[in-house]
Amino acid sequence: MQRVGVFVCWCGSNIAGTVDVQAVSDALANEPGVVFSTNYQYMCSQAGQDMIIDAVKEHNLTGIVVCSCSPRMHEATFRKTAAAAGLNPYMVEIANIREQCSWVHKDMATGTEKAIILGKAAIAKVNLNAPLTPGQSPVTKRALVIGGGIAGIQTALDIADAGFPVDIVEKNPTIGGKMAQLDKTFPTLDCAACILTPKMVDVAQNENIRIFSYSEVSEIKGFVGNFDVTIKKNARYVKEDICTGCGACVDKCPMKKVPNEFNLGMDNRSAIYIPFAQAVPKVATIDPNSCNMLKNGKCGLCARVCTAGAIDYTQKDEFINEKYGAIVVATGFNPISMDKFDEFAYNRSKDVITSLEFERLTNAAGPTAGHLERPSDGKSPKTIVFVQCVGSRCDACAQKGKEYCSKICCMYTAKHAMLTRDKYPDTEVYVFYIDVRTPGKNFDEFYRRAVEEYGVKYIKGMVGKVTPEGDKLKVQASDLIENKQLHIDADLVVLAAAIEPDKSARPLATMLTASMDTNDFFTEAHPKLRPVESPTAGVFLSGACQGPKDIPETVSQASAAASKVIGLLVKDKLTGNPCVAHSNELMCNGCSSCERVCPYGAITYEDKEFRMPDRTTKTRRIAVVNPAVCQGCGACTVACPSGAMDLNGFTSKQIMAEVDAICR
Amino acid sequence: MQKITQPMLIDKAVSLLENGTVSCVFGWQKGEFDYDITPSVFKNADDLKENFVWNGFCGANLSKYLVSKADKIEGKILVFLKPCDSYSFNQLLTEHRFDREKVYAIGLPCDGMADISKVKKLCGDGISAIAFGDDTISVTTIYEDKPYEIALKDVLLERCENCKSKKCVAYDELLGENGDVLDSNRFDEVARIEAMTPDERFAFWQNELSRCIRCNACRDACPACTCEKCVFDNSDSGVENKAAANSFEEKMFHIIRAFHVAGRCTDCGECSRVCPQNIPLHLLNRKFIKDINEFYGEYQAGAEAGSRAPLVDYTEEDIEPYDVFDRRDIDA
Repeated sequence: MQRVGVFVCWCGSNIAGTVDVQAVSDALANEPGVVFSTNYQYMCSQAGQDMIIDAVKEHNLTGIVVCSCSPRMHEATFRKTAAAAGLNPYMVEIANIREQCSWVHKDMATGTEKAIILGKAAIAKVNLNAPLTPGQSPVTKRALVIGGGIAGIQTALDIADAGFPVDIVEKNPTIGGKMAQLDKTFPTLDCAACILTPKMVDVAQNENIRIFSYSEVSEIKGFVGNFDVTIKKNARYVKEDICTGCGACVDKCPMKKVPNEFNLGMDNRSAIYIPFAQAVPKVATIDPNSCNMLKNGKCGLCARVCTAGAIDYTQKDEFINEKYGAIVVATGFNPISMDKFDEFAYNRSKDVITSLEFERLTNAAGPTAGHLERPSDGKSPKTIVFVQCVGSRCDACAQKGKEYCSKICCMYTAKHAMLTRDKYPDTEVYVFYIDVRTPGKNFDEFYRRAVEEYGVKYIKGMVGKVTPEGDKLKVQASDLIENKQLHIDADLVVLAAAIEPDKSARPLATMLTASMDTNDFFTEAHPKLRPVESPTAGVFLSGACQGPKDIPETVSQASAAASKVIGLLVKDKLTGNPCVAHSNELMCNGCSSCERVCPYGAITYEDKEFRMPDRTTKTRRIAVVNPAVCQGCGACTVACPSGAMDLNGFTSKQIMAEVDAICR
Repeated sequence: MQKITQPMLIDKAVSLLENGTVSCVFGWQKGEFDYDITPSVFKNADDLKENFVWNGFCGANLSKYLVSKADKIEGKILVFLKPCDSYSFNQLLTEHRFDREKVYAIGLPCDGMADISKVKKLCGDGISAIAFGDDTISVTTIYEDKPYEIALKDVLLERCENCKSKKCVAYDELLGENGDVLDSNRFDEVARIEAMTPDERFAFWQNELSRCIRCNACRDACPACTCEKCVFDNSDSGVENKAAANSFEEKMFHIIRAFHVAGRCTDCGECSRVCPQNIPLHLLNRKFIKDINEFYGEYQAGAEAGSRAPLVDYTEEDIEPYDVFDRRDIDA
């Protein structure tokens, strides 16, 4: 029988406000095995922890139940306390009476009743706890960064600078991401290319960094410190190590009518292409969907003009296996599709564009060489209407757009408006907004400059309808402050489209067993205290894959993720989690159900000889769990028909005891 | 189509025994009465000629016996598989429960097996002899001089009335012609129970399961129940020996068993056939099969050896938990 001590935390008024902590500690004192029960204002404080240590010594406790906040918050804290008191750290159970009790209940009676029940369950469990000892596993000292935008670039550079090899996997032919498409960056208005492209060159030249461009991650196995990753290098039909990026092939390619993704389809590229002049790696790529040679074997011009002999029409997709200690997700964002926003006539008029398209229109390397021209007729627009929050902050019932704020649009719209007025002072610029949100260093000053110095007309209200009529766009809008309807004849309408995570993020999360929110943004391990770590050990988050972010925030998060990776890679051994599955070989049928549900490939089978009661031997197939690979998810214990598979620290018996205690 | 007869099977088994292909035969033999035919192991020709039976009461599914016997017997085992048995055979192979190399399987076409309780409903007790015609059974009782002539189709087992497949899916040799997978109405009764209110449904099952005498026949006959140590016999599991304590068998035993075989049950119907209390246990398993079909697409356990069952597999197309929770989304 255990000697259990119960420690009920007030968490200031967080718990004590809705739970009668004295009543809880009194009630739990009568539970089986409990020899000591008390409550205290802050159990996690030094004084609280000392109280636990003293009680362990005084009452010879063998198990501890702390009724406090979520185990995600302080389980580790109290395990350390137990260890300091000379107990096995796994003899601690947490009853979550804060997040799952005091915070969700309004009145003291229900809160107290539930806290007592949760405490009983934890006591029932700790009575069946057994000391556990974690194992150790080695760390592969190499990191993988998925995504080669500014987030991935910064993370990779920081990790590489600390001396660890890093691989970047980028699905496009070049790294650079969205930032490479931008013109100027707020609030300082440096040119995006001027600050990004040197970093891209740094990446290319860094001996510790390998770039897998035009590649995707196709399989991830293993666990923190020991990920086993398969990278699919798509055939680009150009030998990367030979191509010099001279561009002769691009000039000669007869197929020149392919919409240029880099310019968002506002001009054309050839079938063999280099996305932009500063691409890294600067090598050509053949688009197999447009190339005549690949489609029907007729052409071959690029191979003839390539003096280096880099063109290879027979190239196949290549699969590369590599081991990594840590994985950083930096898959970034995309503007949402405007298909559901018919009222803005995006699909009906070429002169209704998204803000990212506006970036390309004003970019010196863009389709108009930086001259602001209307896409329809090339004329200079004299009246421009910017519409903010297109698809952001939408009502969930509207069935279109996103509920969240895309965060970056207020600032880039201010930037667009300001730059337009600066370069073309005779242009009238309207910005329609719900709110202008400018928290950030020098952000509000920037926005006010747009209004006060550059005379941008900010109007609080939304655009209801855009109707193309002749060469004008009739904009119907409301001005909420003046309380009147506005009709503006615009030449160009720019929509600040909401941003959403890249489509590749969801399948990647599945491969990583990393969690996502309902918007497909990756979830962090703790929103405040562990913002760059995914709850999956060894997986880190960088940039807009975790939530909308501007460049300064992305870069700081990228560096933060890098420092977490470095902190992991400097270790030679990782202490594992002893709460892993194990199979009782006497009960195991060898049926393979567990192996099939194991997401980590931790289960294998072996034939084992058993001595039978009649002195014969019988060979049976049994499951064996590799404790270094097992992450303790417990899927196998549920799949096992015979109950042979069980999880240390969460045995079926313990769970049943908890359920029984709750139902008692 | 040539009718497969008892002498043909005996001849086949004897020749395989005598030429050394197999060392023993899993078949059926007469029990105390003509209708309680039981599984049996035959080791020589005389035994086969004297006791081997093949008729409309050979419902017993022999595949299960391969699990405990296959590695105890020297040489190969000849096993006769009806179409539904062959699904169980595949499922056990999928679960690595016996060595395929140890087995010589003969597939048999099947016209359906008779349900003795239905026969008794028509002719009463006191059955002294039963003889099978082509599509008929003649039943002699101690009370009547003249035998009752009954059409086989009127006394079929429920599982044969709603036969899912006449196709043998695993065999080394096939006697007669293989049939097809059928469009059966086997889920109609499940749908009827699904349509009940929760109270009606509870009353239905309470009524059925309260007859359980916990004889374990369903478990012992079930080809999916082959655990090395059954949870109901395991003192460590916390669910053993609760029968006497409360109304456990009414509420939990069959539910736990249904969960244990979920996704692995081939719907062979043995549980209901062997139940001395005539509890329609197959309906619990069919509910799972129906749900799996609706959630993950059509899946028949045992149709293919080595297939990955939806419940122990993961694909990105898998249904999301909230859709399982909210069945209305499925119906819509």
